[in-house]
Amino acid sequence: MSDPMGFLLWVKGPAFNFALAVFALGMLARLVEIFILGRKTNYAEAKGGEWGPGFKTMLTRTVADPGTFARAPFNVVVGWIWHIGFITALLLFIPHIELFRGVLGIAWPGLPNPVVDAVTAITILALVATLVHRTQHPVKKHISTPEDYLVWTVTFLPVLTGYLAYHRLVNPYPLILGLHILSVNLFLVVFPFTKLTHVFTAFIARWYNGAIFGRKGVQS
Amino acid sequence: MSRLKEIGVKVEDGEAAPAEWGNALPILHEVGHGLRQLRETGEPTVIDLHALPFGPGDEGRLFDLLGRGEVEAQIQALGPTRIWETGFPGVWLVDHRNTEDERLALHIEISSVPEILRSQREDIDDAIVRLEACIADPAGTS
Amino acid sequence: MAARKTLGESLREHGVSRRGFLKFCAATASMMALPPSMGPVIAAALEKARRPSVIWLSFQECTGCTESLTRSHSPTVEDLIFDVISLDYHHTLQAAAGHQAEAAREQAMKDNHGEYLLIVDGSLPGPNSNPGFSTIAGISNYAMLQEAVAGAKAVVAVGTCSAFGGLPAAAPNPTGAVSVMDIVKDKPVINVPGCPPVPMVITGVLAQYLVFGKLPDLDEYHRPLAFFGQSIHDRCYRRPFYDKGLFAESFDDEGARKGWCLYRLGCKGPSTYNACATMRWNSGTSWPVESGHPCLGCSEPKFWDAGGFYEPLSAPLGTPGNTLLAAGAAGVVIGGVAATLAKHRAATAVAERQPVTVEELEQKL
Ligand code: SF4
Repeated sequence: MSDPMGFLLWVKGPAFNFALAVFALGMLARLVEIFILGRKTNYAEAKGGEWGPGFKTMLTRTVADPGTFARAPFNVVVGWIWHIGFITALLLFIPHIELFRGVLGIAWPGLPNPVVDAVTAITILALVATLVHRTQHPVKKHISTPEDYLVWTVTFLPVLTGYLAYHRLVNPYPLILGLHILSVNLFLVVFPFTKLTHVFTAFIARWYNGAIFGRKGVQS
Repeated sequence: MSRLKEIGVKVEDGEAAPAEWGNALPILHEVGHGLRQLRETGEPTVIDLHALPFGPGDEGRLFDLLGRGEVEAQIQALGPTRIWETGFPGVWLVDHRNTEDERLALHIEISSVPEILRSQREDIDDAIVRLEACIADPAGTS
Repeated sequence: MAARKTLGESLREHGVSRRGFLKFCAATASMMALPPSMGPVIAAALEKARRPSVIWLSFQECTGCTESLTRSHSPTVEDLIFDVISLDYHHTLQAAAGHQAEAAREQAMKDNHGEYLLIVDGSLPGPNSNPGFSTIAGISNYAMLQEAVAGAKAVVAVGTCSAFGGLPAAAPNPTGAVSVMDIVKDKPVINVPGCPPVPMVITGVLAQYLVFGKLPDLDEYHRPLAFFGQSIHDRCYRRPFYDKGLFAESFDDEGARKGWCLYRLGCKGPSTYNACATMRWNSGTSWPVESGHPCLGCSEPKFWDAGGFYEPLSAPLGTPGNTLLAAGAAGVVIGGVAATLAKHRAATAVAERQPVTVEELEQKL
């Protein structure tokens, strides 16, 4: 543990396993609870299907409506940029795909590194912009809770350390690679207990919304 | 080790086509730069080809691109050193080898004459001494 | 030890011409990974250099590092040993044996006190482990190192075992093996790791000391930057394929035949710092990646414990898939229980609900 390589092996091994366990346990516990609780049985006569409108709404709510865009263009544009950047770097960087193969046993094609590199740089800038915006915008500043800042931090650190490691800006290399993995472990541990769960629940919520409206026979 | 067993190994016979690693071309640019410098300031350039991350076949390809010129020479000192002017006058290849004919260093030297081909001052000093001794005693009896 | 001639003198005595000397300098520059323009500087320095006394101690090792050194061709090891350095003790290479050998070591240590270069290959049982695990002439490795370090100018740890503990220190480390760096704190330590190190790197480090008379610039792991300053990955000729995302998926697929990147076959090149990609092996013939095999990362600390040689660098250690399944299953149970409890709470709340009437509220007011 005292040397960088020992540190790397620790974060890659026991620490990663622990974080993964917390993540899987916490997340499944929450999801199963949500699904089992379900909703009250609706005795009203169904005016339409649930599945079709549910899935449709999952998509339509993902795109901001013109009104929201007009009111908060920064949130929409920058939010989209960094979400796409984050997901691209997470899922399409080849070493990450090898990690998924190691954990889940499945793999898929990746993107060339210079592309992922550029995307990551943009993501870092966008994430910094969101923080600045949050601290400068009077309303946003007012409604921000410590949890919001925590979530921002655990999201930002993996991207930043990943960028530093890829460009070897910190020496020795095992140290920065270890810090990158450590920040990911932190992300995984915090994930089930904060609003990061929206990665899963946002789509479930959108489906429920659509399904309710669909059943009532109204558009959502 | 489980992963090792999963990795299939197939022995191929016959030569695979030489691959193109694209490392030869950037060196030609550097050579061109050196040649212009030689023309303008007379300053020679030496490029150490050992320090470059060549892929298999890169060296042969570079040699082919450079070609052979008018001059060839061989030095016998601590093993052979082969020198030839490439198809581009002023650009020389210097291949130092040890007594077992293993390569010690491979340089591209851009100058009018590679330094090591010139007779060296220390050796000339030595030559004067020996020549005078020879004149004084041509038969070498003493 | 009497004749500490300069290298220039000693070469001239051997009938080496100035051209031969210049060639020697060119080879030395190349070996030290210095630009050829440094040739004249090296010539001037070598002309005046005196052969340093070298004492070589071998502890828990396999002699692979010495084997590697003797395959160094540039300059030949004979040149190196007889002209460039004065190897006063090396129990594998020297002719003397037994008491004579130990006497030679003690003599050299006395004659060159404070000046000699101490080279160590192999790790050694730490101060807290049984000294009997490894001894030479009845002296424990630890005691011998302490004694030899006292009069040394610097210590060069050759090979991953002496630099980082290597194989003897791999889990579970039965002999309590430690590296030289773990013990020597008051003298400069230069690590030349590798299992074994590239022969030219060993001689290059010695030549650098000889030419410049000072110790080289080192990285965080005490490795000379001239040889360990860049990762294998950054000097690899297959790098363009890595960047394009073209990988060999097995040793016999199309990608392997086309010479694509070996990352997915477990290449540790990205985390390994060494000179293989430029200096190569076997007289500059090839190196692991060039012959189609992933880099094992042998010049890095803990390389034996750093996951399978054929597992990609980013693959996790252990069996995270099982962790995920087990934790997921536990999560399902917990979620189920939590949901059932919540439902139960909701049901009891409904059953035990005691509605408040308007009259009651008004009474309270
Ligand atoms: S073969 Fe190894 S060192 Fe070469 S580019 Fe691929 S990962 Fe890097």
